[in-house]
Amino acid sequence: MFRFIVRRLLQLIPTLFGLSLLLFIWLRRLPGGPETAILGERGTPEMRAAIRRNMGLDEPILVQYARFVRRLIRLDLGTSTATKRPVVTEFVERFPGTVELTFMALVLAIGVGIPLGYLAARRRGRLLDHLSVGGSLIGICIPVFFLAYVFKAIFSENLGWFPSSGRQDPTIDATRITNFFVLDGLLTREWDAAADALWHLVLPGLTLASIPLAIIVRITRASVLEVLNEDFVRTAEAKGLTESTVRRRHVLRNAMLPVVTSIGLLTGGLLSGAVLTETVFGFTGIGAFVADAISQRDYPVLMGFILIIAVVYVLVNLLVDLSYSLIDPRVRV
Amino acid sequence: MALLEVDDLCVTFSRRGQRPVRAVDGVSFSVDAGEVVGLVGESGCGKSVTSLAVMGLLPRQPGVRVDGKAVFDGTDLLQLDDRSRRDIRGRDVAMIFQDPLSSLNPVIPIGLQVTEVLTRHRGMRGAAAGEEAARLLDRVGIPDPKRRLKEYPHQLSGGMRQRALIAMAVACKPRLLIADEPTTALDVTIQAQILELLKELVRDSGTALVMITHDLGVVAGLCDTVNVLYAGRVVETARRRPLFRQPRHPYTVGLLGSVPRLDAGRGERLNPIPGSVRDVLPWPDGCAFAPRCSRRIDECVGEPPDLVLTHDGRSYRCVNPAPLPGVTPGADIRATAPTEVEPGSVPAQAVPDDPPTVPGLGPAPREEEKP
Repeated sequence: MFRFIVRRLLQLIPTLFGLSLLLFIWLRRLPGGPETAILGERGTPEMRAAIRRNMGLDEPILVQYARFVRRLIRLDLGTSTATKRPVVTEFVERFPGTVELTFMALVLAIGVGIPLGYLAARRRGRLLDHLSVGGSLIGICIPVFFLAYVFKAIFSENLGWFPSSGRQDPTIDATRITNFFVLDGLLTREWDAAADALWHLVLPGLTLASIPLAIIVRITRASVLEVLNEDFVRTAEAKGLTESTVRRRHVLRNAMLPVVTSIGLLTGGLLSGAVLTETVFGFTGIGAFVADAISQRDYPVLMGFILIIAVVYVLVNLLVDLSYSLIDPRVRV
Repeated sequence: MALLEVDDLCVTFSRRGQRPVRAVDGVSFSVDAGEVVGLVGESGCGKSVTSLAVMGLLPRQPGVRVDGKAVFDGTDLLQLDDRSRRDIRGRDVAMIFQDPLSSLNPVIPIGLQVTEVLTRHRGMRGAAAGEEAARLLDRVGIPDPKRRLKEYPHQLSGGMRQRALIAMAVACKPRLLIADEPTTALDVTIQAQILELLKELVRDSGTALVMITHDLGVVAGLCDTVNVLYAGRVVETARRRPLFRQPRHPYTVGLLGSVPRLDAGRGERLNPIPGSVRDVLPWPDGCAFAPRCSRRIDECVGEPPDLVLTHDGRSYRCVNPAPLPGVTPGADIRATAPTEVEPGSVPAQAVPDDPPTVPGLGPAPREEEKP
């Protein structure tokens, strides 16, 4: 087990190098550069060249890449060309928001999706089944930004149940430790701050959860239906076990295998897909920041973002593989 | 009073827009305590569905309908509510399935799969349950049972898995054990071992065994009484010896005749029953086997053949049964060229109440049929 984890973490290093080199070259091949973003259309060729020289963009690409890697080893991602602040500082401030949002969405998608999918399978062909299958189809089809506005209009503007934007009520004077607002509130025992931050997470969390929720409902339902037909479930029934034992021990555990795999794949998509949700809900996460960075050709920010997403993706899937091997002895490492 | 008395069991599967299918169509048989009873027939004749219906393991869906009775020790299993049924299953009536790999839960150690029965029906927990599980595995011939308890199904060989399944089934010393083709998925040497084990268990514990199989070798080696099923009905019931020596129903004759023999001459062809199970007549319209039968006469079609009881305790469902050798004068003529018999040309003296014969007299009809 331990050796498996170490091996997977070591595999991360060549993956990151390959990915970063590819993206480094690719980003610099895109038309327009930071000088265009800064100067607009008016800059003279001399001014452009001066800015490029200033940023070191006139050197050969491999030389630039070597410099990037040297800094990366010291965990220095450079300075944002747009905000002139270190990329690492920007991320430390913004990334926790996105992680909180993603986590919230995952908890909602898993917590609601698995029971709903299971019930739909048990009540196959009945109302609940049709509702959840139909609902999940709608969940997959509705564009996230549209759903975000619908939620905002109903639950925050009309009913006033949830705040419409931000991560926390600005009038609360909360102490910051980790920049995870909910966690900070819990650590400092400022319960009202934690609750308020959590409250701010509900609507964006629901919005972001819509697609993964729909996918988890469907995968769980299909998987439970398949397992219910397995011979070993019949064996369990033949042993006279109670229905709840059959359900827990024999059906659910086996049905979870494909669900766990899909959760791993969905998590990566959630992190990078938070951009739209964050924009609509005025949520200071990394999403909006990266969206700006793209239009401004803010190379250091983009490189840093992609690398972090890659690391998270690999780690989450490592976690998935580990839990998979806990559930299924046949793939035990 | 028999231990299990199945009476006029019917199972119907219906789907919207399709004609309902009667998988089991009035099956009756009985099992005495300590007896080994075979249910024999081709694929699709309803033998597995019969056993699942008795166990209450058919899917509980609106399209599945079970009628009739299955009286076990005075209680009709088909009338029980779900809870009492679960109390009986695994404790008084247990079942062994066909494919041991898919019948075991792949993600749970063997040990838990054995102990969960002990916990459910015998209230055993923890170390005591573990001890008992190890003893059970040892009893069914699994070496090093303590280690095997911690292993998973995929780590065991096919024979071991079937032994483990048997251990789970006999864990509560059931009075009735139903084995649904328990050796089909195993290779021949392992088959023999598993049959030997079942025989031993039945002998030692006095458990009654219902053996569902299409393999006449299994029947010959194990069963006291045999019920031959065709298209959802029992077409012939007899003790093992008389059945093998003098099968009466043409279907039984065909089954026995189609077994390949080691002592057959080189180049001799197999004798399959022509047609397939799909070529059936619905029972209300006559004998379901008639379209494939070489002894068909006019009376076969029109109304279902009655069950004929002979006074040696056998029964068959046929209006023109295979003759007992050396008894009826016309028997030899008929038996020498059964395929040439035109429907209707056979004199109607093939009466059901043939006098009983001494087993072992005269050659079996199967051999007689070859000129």
